[in-house]
Amino acid sequence: MAEQKTHAAPPAKVGTTGHEWDGIQELNTPLPRWWLWLFYATIIWSIGYWVVYPTWPLVSSYTRGLFDWNTRSAVAVQLTELQQQRSPMMAKLASASLQQIESTPELLDFARALGRRAFADNCAPCHGAGGAGARGYPNLVDNKWLWGGKLDDIAQTITHGVRAGDDAGHQGSMPAFGRDGLLKPDEISTAADYVRSLSGLPTAPGADLTRGAKIFADNCAVCHGPQGKGNREVGAPNLTDNIWLYAPDKKTIVEDVTNGRGGVMPAWGGKLDDVTIKALAVYVHTFGGGEQ
Amino acid sequence: MCPGCDIAVAMLDNASPQPGQHPLGQLADEAARAPLIPEPEPPEDEQPLYAARTKVYPQHVSGTFRRVKWIVLCITLGIYYLLPFVRWDRGPNAPSQAVLIDFPARRFYFFFIEIWPQEFYYLTGLLILAAMTLFLMNAVAGRVWCGYLCPQTVWTDLFQAIERFAQGDRREHLQLDREPWTADRIWRTGLKHFLWLMVAWWTGGAWVLYFGDAFATVHDLATLEAPFIAYAFIGLLTFTTYALAGWMREQVCVYMCPWPRIQAALTDECALNVTYRYDRGEPRASVKKAAALHAQGLPAGDCIDCLQCVHVCPTGVDIRGGPNLGCIQCGLCIDACDAVMQKIGRPTRLIAYDTDINIKRREHGEKPIYRIVRGRTVLYALIIAVVGALMTYTLATRHNDGVSVLHDRNPLFVRLSDGSLRNAYTVRVLNKSLEKKTFALSVTGLSDADIDAIGGAGFSGGSPLIEVGPDQSREVRVLVTVREQLPPGASVPITFTIAPKTGGPTASAADHFFAP
Repeated sequence: MAEQKTHAAPPAKVGTTGHEWDGIQELNTPLPRWWLWLFYATIIWSIGYWVVYPTWPLVSSYTRGLFDWNTRSAVAVQLTELQQQRSPMMAKLASASLQQIESTPELLDFARALGRRAFADNCAPCHGAGGAGARGYPNLVDNKWLWGGKLDDIAQTITHGVRAGDDAGHQGSMPAFGRDGLLKPDEISTAADYVRSLSGLPTAPGADLTRGAKIFADNCAVCHGPQGKGNREVGAPNLTDNIWLYAPDKKTIVEDVTNGRGGVMPAWGGKLDDVTIKALAVYVHTFGGGEQ
Repeated sequence: MCPGCDIAVAMLDNASPQPGQHPLGQLADEAARAPLIPEPEPPEDEQPLYAARTKVYPQHVSGTFRRVKWIVLCITLGIYYLLPFVRWDRGPNAPSQAVLIDFPARRFYFFFIEIWPQEFYYLTGLLILAAMTLFLMNAVAGRVWCGYLCPQTVWTDLFQAIERFAQGDRREHLQLDREPWTADRIWRTGLKHFLWLMVAWWTGGAWVLYFGDAFATVHDLATLEAPFIAYAFIGLLTFTTYALAGWMREQVCVYMCPWPRIQAALTDECALNVTYRYDRGEPRASVKKAAALHAQGLPAGDCIDCLQCVHVCPTGVDIRGGPNLGCIQCGLCIDACDAVMQKIGRPTRLIAYDTDINIKRREHGEKPIYRIVRGRTVLYALIIAVVGALMTYTLATRHNDGVSVLHDRNPLFVRLSDGSLRNAYTVRVLNKSLEKKTFALSVTGLSDADIDAIGGAGFSGGSPLIEVGPDQSREVRVLVTVREQLPPGASVPITFTIAPKTGGPTASAADHFFAP
């Protein structure tokens, strides 16, 4: 029946790679031929990319492809579409007052979403991603405000900045009492002790707080107020709430008084559009410390 | 009657062959032309790097497993093509399609179940169930999935039926392929490809119906108002169905599919596989020859080498060569062999679901053993039961509202000018019901805390109210402020709870309140 055996298709005979390990040989199974054709097809397909997409660098330009498509123009198209999609809500934001935005849930959610992006892009480098601020850069999450914490105050500060050369912006700054010879070092030291006492912080042993109060009343009260409660007209901080723009230690306070302070915030009015500034004002106001 | 059986019956009838014509002469002729027989083996170092495909002409067969395959085919394709048209009433503001993947609204509907993107873990559960069911099937009876349920198998089966309808059964088709391009051949081949493309097109068309209202989509597709992506997907799936089920067929299983490899690594010696019982079949001999051998007291097996098992095989495998990567274990060779065995009056199931262990045992005169219950089947079944029960439980006990909380990372806390301490949270409130709902938000765990919600709608007894639209979620910023002095570095566990104003079950989420 040997002849009949051959009718039963035996498994296709396959050679080996010729390698042998402890009697184990490796079959050298041929790939299907269409696999090879697929490989050639992918090569031909790749030529299509040269034709359709920008591909080859030339001396001063590049091959632009059939449809003049490139990622940069694609982004521009997407941005236009996005603006198109947002435009009805943007128009509503533009016409509503800040107070209306904050009291309408639909507008509030949209403004906060818009504000979050704008804040991350423009404000976070100084004020921190969550608005916590840093030494010399105010914390926007607490309820202490140098120039006012109402919606309109915040919008005003964002638009015109602080000491940024904008005439409508906030201008006042802390004089350099020591450097300009207005106060002597021992007077500054005594005043610093008094300022610490205003926030209930411990003072240096033997500090003369009565003399400190006198120096404060003569030099500082003009801006910071007789009780040290501050004055938002000139951006003079409240010194009694134990929230510090720089630091509460005596060395820093002496530094503040000796050399003065005058941090700068850019005026964003020319850089950001009105709707974005509105959204930013609402976003900052709803960090939690906003005033009504 | 199929041609293969004719041969078997001819041999059974002891019909005297014409001079010079072997009973199997016709078969041998056919085999010589059929590409199943490999070309003479070249010397080892001249072996070709690439091999041409050997076209498979599977022959029609009827029997138990063929019937099972037809039933499975009708059920699975019926579900696939018709399910999008099944309606399910969810009320006025929700889609009425029973199974719908709504990408723009980020919702998945399955009859009474609605899945939101954040509940995607149900899909993880489904995938675990699917994998374990696959493994369990494999542990019990080998490649059940490949042979009966796999889409590649089901569509290929359908396409082969169409092929037989248009171009005839195996023998007729082989004859047709040897003919020159006559009008008849062109017409029948063209008819086949047309029908294939129609089925493929319907397959692609049904796919897109799962992603939008089926009736509206059909209307939009017909009036050319459907989005471009719908036509693109129909085109893509028409092409893949036509190519994979029409042209690629068994090559998908042999070259492309990872499961045969995984299956081979997962299987064990107790799994039932489609097996040629060579203990009974060998040595092979025609009915006449076997009778002669028996008369001389020589052994002769039950296999008459009629090749029916090979001719019906959809992947062109000879099961008698032993377990084979190309074998999808559909059982059609069992049907073919059983038909022959019945005709020649021998016991059926010369090919059957069996194990090599049992063949060895029978050779030694022992009784076969079947061990369905063993470590792996119990483990797979247990995992299926546990995951299934867990999913059922969570699905049954989940309710329509939900809340999740994210603590502000920067700053973790803030000191206010009156000395009190504040933590801020992003709270997302889910309303899966179809009406607008108002929730009262409360925080427990702190003795004296003020709670405020930016975007809230007033207060009720100190708790901010939050309005959420139907089938929506809403994010609000929640400020928790305490006046009490907390120990330095304190981290107080607190719980956010939302209670629907109209009553009903509450939902809560845990977080912490941090102190400097």
